[in-house]
Amino acid sequence: MTLSLFIEQSLNGVQLGVQLFLMSAGLTLVFGIMNLINLAHGSLYMAGAFFAAMFIKITGNFLLAIALAIPCTAIMGILMELIVLRRFYARGHLDQVLVTFGLILIFNDLVRMVWGVVPVPMPVPALLSGSVEIMDGVLYPAFRLAILSVGLVVALGLYVVVVHTRTGMWIRAGASNRPMASALGVDVQLVFALVFAAGAALAGLAGMMAGPITAVQVGMGEPILILALVVTVIGGIGSIRGAFIAALMIGIVDTFGRVLLPHALGSMVIFMLMALILAWRPKGLFPVHG
Amino acid sequence: MKTSLRLAGLAAAAVGLLLSAGAQAQQPIKIGFISTMSGPEGVLGRDLSDGFKLALKHANNTFGGRPVQVVYGDDQVKPDVGRQVVDKMLESDKVQIVTGINFSNVLLAVLKPVLDAGAFYISTNAGPSIVAGRQCHPRFFAAAFQNDQNYEGMGQYLREKGYKKIYLMAPNYPAGKDMLTGVKRYYKGDVAGEVYTTMGQLDYSAEIAQIRAAKPDAVLVFYPGGMGINFVKQYAQAGLKDQIPLYAGAAVVDQTILPALGDAALGMYTGALWSEYLDNAANKRFAADFEKEYNRIPSPYAALAYDTGRMMQAAIDSIGGKIEDKVAFQKAMENVKFESVRGNFKFNTNHFPIQDYYLTKIEKDEKGRLVAKLQQKIMSDLTDAYSGDCKMAAQ
Repeated sequence: MTLSLFIEQSLNGVQLGVQLFLMSAGLTLVFGIMNLINLAHGSLYMAGAFFAAMFIKITGNFLLAIALAIPCTAIMGILMELIVLRRFYARGHLDQVLVTFGLILIFNDLVRMVWGVVPVPMPVPALLSGSVEIMDGVLYPAFRLAILSVGLVVALGLYVVVVHTRTGMWIRAGASNRPMASALGVDVQLVFALVFAAGAALAGLAGMMAGPITAVQVGMGEPILILALVVTVIGGIGSIRGAFIAALMIGIVDTFGRVLLPHALGSMVIFMLMALILAWRPKGLFPVHG
Repeated sequence: MKTSLRLAGLAAAAVGLLLSAGAQAQQPIKIGFISTMSGPEGVLGRDLSDGFKLALKHANNTFGGRPVQVVYGDDQVKPDVGRQVVDKMLESDKVQIVTGINFSNVLLAVLKPVLDAGAFYISTNAGPSIVAGRQCHPRFFAAAFQNDQNYEGMGQYLREKGYKKIYLMAPNYPAGKDMLTGVKRYYKGDVAGEVYTTMGQLDYSAEIAQIRAAKPDAVLVFYPGGMGINFVKQYAQAGLKDQIPLYAGAAVVDQTILPALGDAALGMYTGALWSEYLDNAANKRFAADFEKEYNRIPSPYAALAYDTGRMMQAAIDSIGGKIEDKVAFQKAMENVKFESVRGNFKFNTNHFPIQDYYLTKIEKDEKGRLVAKLQQKIMSDLTDAYSGDCKMAAQ
């Protein structure tokens, strides 16, 4: 492997990692704070992509479409929480898995009814459709660099909010000890709703950013959900920092595993990594609960 | 009073008998159509069943003077679900022909119960190698293709084109290996890389970077459905489309994904067993009526399902509707004469097609829609590689 190929593959790995982080951030917060396993998180990813594709078709402007699609996905998340999931916080994980799995089926068929069975088009915005020469002879798609920057900006923003603001303090308090936080006067119900909306918006954003490079189709949220669950578990449930580091790790290990190892090994290397990490630290890299 | 009641009863019974005798002559031919109707691959079942329904409409829903009754079922791409659906069709609906399945693994799971029950299986799509060879069966017909055929013609074309070094990619599952085996059966040059990726993979940036480094003359991929959208988009975005030509075999980059691909697919070459531009009367009628009926361009899935329906009609017509005579129906299918939308079509001794292979190029039509424009014929009378292994038993 030459140096330029190595750099290109590293960029690919980091970019995949950042995409995974957008998806896992919401999942890990919801799981950590509300103790709720939300398999329908992938449906929000799908919804984000479909909303954005629809608004692009209507407005013809990528940025405007993203700006419209994010609140739509957040509202969908809030409705999901209000109507269904709120009733399942106190129930066991099995009930939660069942109800959110049911939601996946419902959302997939709703999308099929509204947009049809044929995948919908979502073009790369003209401004970002070319490639950038990052170093001698290494061309990299501009849109992937955009995904990379958006992901890093969101990660930084989340870090500032979670670590340096009062809301962030509530969130961290809720994540590490819910009854105690509630007893100290944190409006847990409000924090829950906020976190859920933010998580939905982030999953939607991940879907929108993935739309131009992958297929916008029914069921697109499920494959990425599995990877996001791996990231969440490795990073430590409820930890944003853990999700970020685990996502980058998975992105890089997966990319190099696919290229360097024989296929049978390459496709399971991330799961072996997960097993190793869990054997070493059963609660993930950055456990939140004491 | 009692006698008149008894009389009335007798009369009713007699009328009933008469009615059922009348129904005997007009008893419908029952067909079970099972395909993938739901989930991400639901688009395939939709196109297959739409094509088949159009054939029924053109036949006025009558094969050999008898009305046709079709029971539809969804296999959800799950062999076990397919098996349950087919068991119900065979036992309670008493279907005589089963058809429609698109995935070979589902087909192989349902084939035994269908054939054991004495019904026929006439495939609109899947054509696994095992049924073409050792396990060929008098009541199994593949109306569409043997799986490898989709890529064999492309192997031939790449050889004729004089490429010295090609790069092959497919998902890691049996059909992926079959397709690339098909290519290598005809292409004899160097293979710079033969890469199998995970089923349903989303991101191909790592593999694409490897292609760039390997500098092959051409890249040939088998990525059906959503995987095709992912790969073709990312290949174009990496700027490789104009540097290394990208090829695919038949039934991959077609109307089931072209609307979502956009300009990323423009200029790409793909193989074809059928094209909406093939110049024959049956095809022109099909393409025009399909677009009128469903308001979209037909895919090869729809076309081959339509052809399957037309073929069944011709065979059943030729024996006056008596498909209960299974030996006669088998003979009628083997020697079926009908106007295929593919032009040249006949069955080989293993009940798989002998047909032509074409090259198409993705361009825009006059309405600005992406279409696969017909370029040239690559091969005539393409058979499959397994017919030699088939010793067709008597029924």
